[in-house]
Amino acid sequence: MESIGVLMMCPMNSYLEQELDKRFKLFRYWNIPQTQQFLKENSNSIRAVVGNSMAGADAQLIESLPKLEIVSSFSVGLDKIDLNKCKEKGIRVTNTPDVLTEDVADLAIGLMLAVLRRLCECDRYVRKGLWKTGDFKLTTKFTGKSVGIIGLGRIGTAIAKRAEAFDCPISYYSRSEKADTNYKYYPSVIDLASNCQILVVACSLTPETRHIINREVIDALGPKGVLINIGRGPHVDEAELVSALVEGRLGGAGLDVFENEPEAPEELFGLDNVVLLPHVGSGTIETRTAMADLVLGNLEAHFLNKPLLTPVV
Amino acid sequence: MASTVLYLNNSAKDIIFSLLEDRFQFLNPNTSSDSLFSSLVGTVRILLCVANSPVNSETLDKYPSLECVVGSTTGLNHIDLAECRRRGIRVTNAGDVFADDAVDYAVGLLIDTLRRISVADRFVRGGSWAIKGQFPLSYNVWGKRVGIAGMGSIGRRISKRLQAFGCSIAYNSRKPKANISFPFYASVQELASNVDILVVCCALTNETRHIISRDVMKALGKEGIIVNIGRGSLIDEKEMVKLLVKGEIGGAGLDVFENEPVVPQELYALDNVVLSPHRGGAVPESLLRLQEIMIANIEAFFANKPLLSEIELESLSWIPS
Repeated sequence: MESIGVLMMCPMNSYLEQELDKRFKLFRYWNIPQTQQFLKENSNSIRAVVGNSMAGADAQLIESLPKLEIVSSFSVGLDKIDLNKCKEKGIRVTNTPDVLTEDVADLAIGLMLAVLRRLCECDRYVRKGLWKTGDFKLTTKFTGKSVGIIGLGRIGTAIAKRAEAFDCPISYYSRSEKADTNYKYYPSVIDLASNCQILVVACSLTPETRHIINREVIDALGPKGVLINIGRGPHVDEAELVSALVEGRLGGAGLDVFENEPEAPEELFGLDNVVLLPHVGSGTIETRTAMADLVLGNLEAHFLNKPLLTPVV
Repeated sequence: MASTVLYLNNSAKDIIFSLLEDRFQFLNPNTSSDSLFSSLVGTVRILLCVANSPVNSETLDKYPSLECVVGSTTGLNHIDLAECRRRGIRVTNAGDVFADDAVDYAVGLLIDTLRRISVADRFVRGGSWAIKGQFPLSYNVWGKRVGIAGMGSIGRRISKRLQAFGCSIAYNSRKPKANISFPFYASVQELASNVDILVVCCALTNETRHIISRDVMKALGKEGIIVNIGRGSLIDEKEMVKLLVKGEIGGAGLDVFENEPVVPQELYALDNVVLSPHRGGAVPESLLRLQEIMIANIEAFFANKPLLSEIELESLSWIPS
């Protein structure tokens, strides 16, 4: 397969990059100075694109690669890939579901605990030598808080299972009520937000779920409520979130994703009731290796004419 | 005559007095008038011991009629329990009022240490994300092997929560516990060799001081993580600092230290540790329940009813008789 051209869109994992380089003719898109020129010269050899949550395959790129057969994404979300265009052209698309579910759910609970119990602020307090000047303030209890989950898919369910071990009552919103669960269902996000203390965004990003957390939802969650976002930045109307946090209309937030990554709103940097993470939901060595193996496995299956491991399109 | 309650530490005032001052007379060696103090010092029967103020035989000698010490903490290492038992003085602790919150804290520290939450938060706030790009990969929590040193009510609750994270549990305590099916290791070192994470939540006694020794930490290994929500002196802190600095253990999430509020400065520069100022149980709901249980113990004592959270001193085999 050494002659098959694979275009990697951005640096995402050194193990994956190494393995792709060994097995295919690898092009590193981020190192190419003249992309137009490059695409013209190599469009006939590139048969696969490897993207992630930052860079995928938009309509323009797909149009410029006439031999493209497969887009294998190093992510579970596919919002950076023009899926309709892929369908239209018969291009296969794969993602990396399941392997990151547990990591993202672990981090969601970690964010809840970090926001409520002020773990990061405590760590700053000690490192600045402030403990000697007096006790750190009281924080907020987690066990028993009601948790509302937007999107009860694999990740949402894994979060619910963990939160239940902390005796948290679970409720959820999704397009339709799930038959196989006893969690309380709310048909509107506002109702869910009004009836929980911690609201977690765990749905996929689609045109319908863009800004699903708007001003009304934030106000329904209220000055004691906490928002956790481990989905995608654009799920949240970030300008509204920032003003609610700055004005104290929302109790706190734990955010792993932002609208303009790798930028996070500077207005939040001085706030102690937020925890800000650089999109590390699946950022563990174990999981990234499993994700890389899935990307490689899908590409090899495709080029050996075997069934794909995790096809989406 | 109103029943008299002795206290030694002024912070008792904030916690409990406003609720009780109508019903009881309070006695304090520093603030009570000399005449009041000398008239009651020989007859006062109950001592309120708030936070970690020490109660030793010298303290007890001063109040010959003491029958009961009401403590405000879960661990009572500041109270000489052997001496209390010898004198027939009953002792109560905070019961399980802090258990859920201490356990939440332990799980929080564990996730924070493995997933580098506090470090990553510093990375974003410092503006490094936009400049340096990707944050280094961390370690997953899912599926890890967790060893619990001390399987009391806190250890049990930690196990329940961590099972939901797909973690396998093993434990060490003085004896295997009935009704607990997790693998038991008779030595902490053996436990440490068989797990990825060691959670320290046993009571501090003469036997458990420095139970997490250099050898135990070496057995835990280069990728091993320690979480301590018990007491600082359960770990040989000097050795732990050395091993952390040299990278001979993987990391630590620490809510307690040997010499609080002093924290070893060498730890300030490390990214594989999460440091916390002994806040495991510090949420308003817990303190409210603490007030309730302390008051209930005082009331029960004067009413000759069973105390609510009495330590069974007779059954504590680790106390020298």
